[in-house]
Amino acid sequence: MRPVSALAVAGVAAVSMSLLTACGGDDDAGAAGAIPVTATDDSCEVGKTELTAGKTTFKVTNKGSKVNEFEVLKPDGKILAERENIGPGTSVDFVVNLPAGTFKLLCSAGQTGKGPSKDVTVTGTAGEGGDQRLAKAAADYKAFVVVRLDDTITKTKAFVDAVKANDVAKAKELYAPSRVGWETIEPVAEKFGDIDPKVDAREADLKPEEKKDWSGWHLLEKALWKDGSVKGKGKYGDQLLADLETLKSRLPGLTLDPVNDMAGGAKELLDEVATGKVTGEEEAFSHTDLVDFKANVDGAKKIYDLLKPVVQERDAQLATDLDGGFAKVEALLKKHEKGDGYVSYDTVGKDDRKELADAVNALGEPLSKLAAAVAR
Amino acid sequence: MTEARPGLSRRRMLGFSGASLVVGAAAGAGLDRVAFADEDKGGAGRAVPFLGPHQAGIATPVQDRLHFAAFDVTTGDRERLVRMLKEWTQAAAAMTAGRPVGDGAVGGVAVAPPDDTGEALGLPPSRLTLTIGFGPSLFEKDGEDRFGIKARRPPALVDLPHFPGDALEPARSGGDIAVQACADDPQVAVHAIRNLARIGFGVVAVRWSQLGFGKTSSTTPGAQTPRNLFGFKDGTENIAETDDELLGRHVWAGKGDGSDWMAGGSYMVARRIRMHIETWDRTSLREQEDIFGRDKGEGAPVGARKERDAPVLAKMKPDAHVRLAHPDSNGGARILRRGYSFTDGSDGLGRLEAGLFFIAFQRDPRTGFIRVQSSLATDALNEYIQHVGSGVFACPPGVQKGGFWGDTLFA
Repeated sequence: MRPVSALAVAGVAAVSMSLLTACGGDDDAGAAGAIPVTATDDSCEVGKTELTAGKTTFKVTNKGSKVNEFEVLKPDGKILAERENIGPGTSVDFVVNLPAGTFKLLCSAGQTGKGPSKDVTVTGTAGEGGDQRLAKAAADYKAFVVVRLDDTITKTKAFVDAVKANDVAKAKELYAPSRVGWETIEPVAEKFGDIDPKVDAREADLKPEEKKDWSGWHLLEKALWKDGSVKGKGKYGDQLLADLETLKSRLPGLTLDPVNDMAGGAKELLDEVATGKVTGEEEAFSHTDLVDFKANVDGAKKIYDLLKPVVQERDAQLATDLDGGFAKVEALLKKHEKGDGYVSYDTVGKDDRKELADAVNALGEPLSKLAAAVAR
Repeated sequence: MTEARPGLSRRRMLGFSGASLVVGAAAGAGLDRVAFADEDKGGAGRAVPFLGPHQAGIATPVQDRLHFAAFDVTTGDRERLVRMLKEWTQAAAAMTAGRPVGDGAVGGVAVAPPDDTGEALGLPPSRLTLTIGFGPSLFEKDGEDRFGIKARRPPALVDLPHFPGDALEPARSGGDIAVQACADDPQVAVHAIRNLARIGFGVVAVRWSQLGFGKTSSTTPGAQTPRNLFGFKDGTENIAETDDELLGRHVWAGKGDGSDWMAGGSYMVARRIRMHIETWDRTSLREQEDIFGRDKGEGAPVGARKERDAPVLAKMKPDAHVRLAHPDSNGGARILRRGYSFTDGSDGLGRLEAGLFFIAFQRDPRTGFIRVQSSLATDALNEYIQHVGSGVFACPPGVQKGGFWGDTLFA
């Protein structure tokens, strides 16, 4: 079934237990060590009130006659987490990442937000659950980012040399390859808000007052393809290199977490493809969009490959869907290969673009679920 | 029809037991919301039972709005397709009951996108119906039997022939699977298609879709026929949702029709009919009325006083629309019409991009739509319309408890 969380499986089971026998829950996540919570129309019994911080599974059973709602409330009364629609006679596993503190566990029969509650105390610190594989994935990913950024800097140097020599043909040839490393790790670069606009802004995205400060790859792209000359543009090349070096100097102090930076970054890379590359907006003059497209996909694939052992264990169906999704996009891209690169995107017709867009959507949807699978 | 005629009571009875099944199944979640919507929002907010012998959205009182979508299946993996159809069925059962998809739109895991997209939160079920159909290309595409169902293609699911005047756009025609979403609230209909499309990513891709803003047909006996964008009531002699005898004879496929898995199902023909609004509006009232064979104000047939007075075809012009489309001119052929008006802005030449999204259900398109449409070759109305999109789909019987959309085909 669709790679929904164990929670969703439990929810569906309550709705249509017998509607679809094939989709009963392969619900194994919360079974071990779950805290039992028994709700009736006027009571809320919790099996354990001294809890340890971190990922905690509550097994909430509704023995009342009304649809119930389970809430974890912070001391200020705000909701930390809630699970709605727990039908009479059903039971759901609900996973919450608990920080240290005191909380109210509330059962609301009729889902009014009010009802009996129990106080619980949580001690310790919530972390990544100590999964060494994730720590290693994050370390490996950081090493990958460093290598890819070095690659972009090396190739950009050659590109800038050609720009400075006003060798238009050579610069055009080196333009797209110089961007590949960057496009592969773009979400990491975007963590430093100031670098991305300097090196990768498109003219169409600028405010009128920003146009005088425009710099980066796309300025040179326009000069090369539209004006046919980069005479006097050498300073922009130097600045591009300096900005990339600044990014490099910041990497040592950077920590990347598996959920937001890696899984979230993979999703962002596919978003980049879906909104910028498939439409041909990114490389409006050079039409080298497919080179960026491939680099974005490669960047997402690298992240997935690093996280895959964990994903396979926590959501095998998601891993299968992602394997299939990546394979399909890669196969489609192959159709448009030309020499070391890709055909000009303005020669890719509407039907082929639709096919690419469909494949990107097909990959982007399961990819958006990667973070939850890793965080589980 | 050889099987026992269902009769009024059977459909009624099953309709009600279907309702109780849904209520039973929904008891776990959101039932209170359905009941709430029912009491507070009146008829337009009600939920239409999802389970039953026939799919809802065919012999269901016509809702105000439409979102129709045709999908291409992008995988060759039968298991994956079946898995999606099961997921769709779950989602459809939830949405038609006024509940969100999966784990809902809010309150889930913070780092995950919500299962439901959320724009229908707080809206009543709005009589949402979701009706699925399978196009000829699902059974065989480019000579390939992708899902091992080629042999199960119903004889009645023919490729529609070219009709004179057709100007069909491939990007607005065909599709392996179609879903008709009808609701009294357009946001509810759009939400339904959007969420199905999202669940389907990787298995299906939207090929084309169409919004309809106003119904042009009624299946409710005695109700006035809503006007189309030409200002006329057309299709007065529709099949009523209460007329089980006519439904059994002209709408529901039977066991002996050549395709067992379609028994209780129906065939949908969808046509995007562009109307040349501006030239029509310059046409004299007399000519407009002659073209339809009805008067514009009341909708009465030529020579009669009331919309539902029996038409005397011989009194109409030989090329009048009603005369050519009438069952008496087509060997008794009848179809259940469920079309909607659309306006997709303007066409770049300052003209309304508007028309009728025609939908008809029938027991067999060969003796239904194709028969009638062939008669319309000489229709005087053709000067003002053009068929630009087309699809034909086999809509399987309704989902029973424990089943899923298409289970009789993929079993």
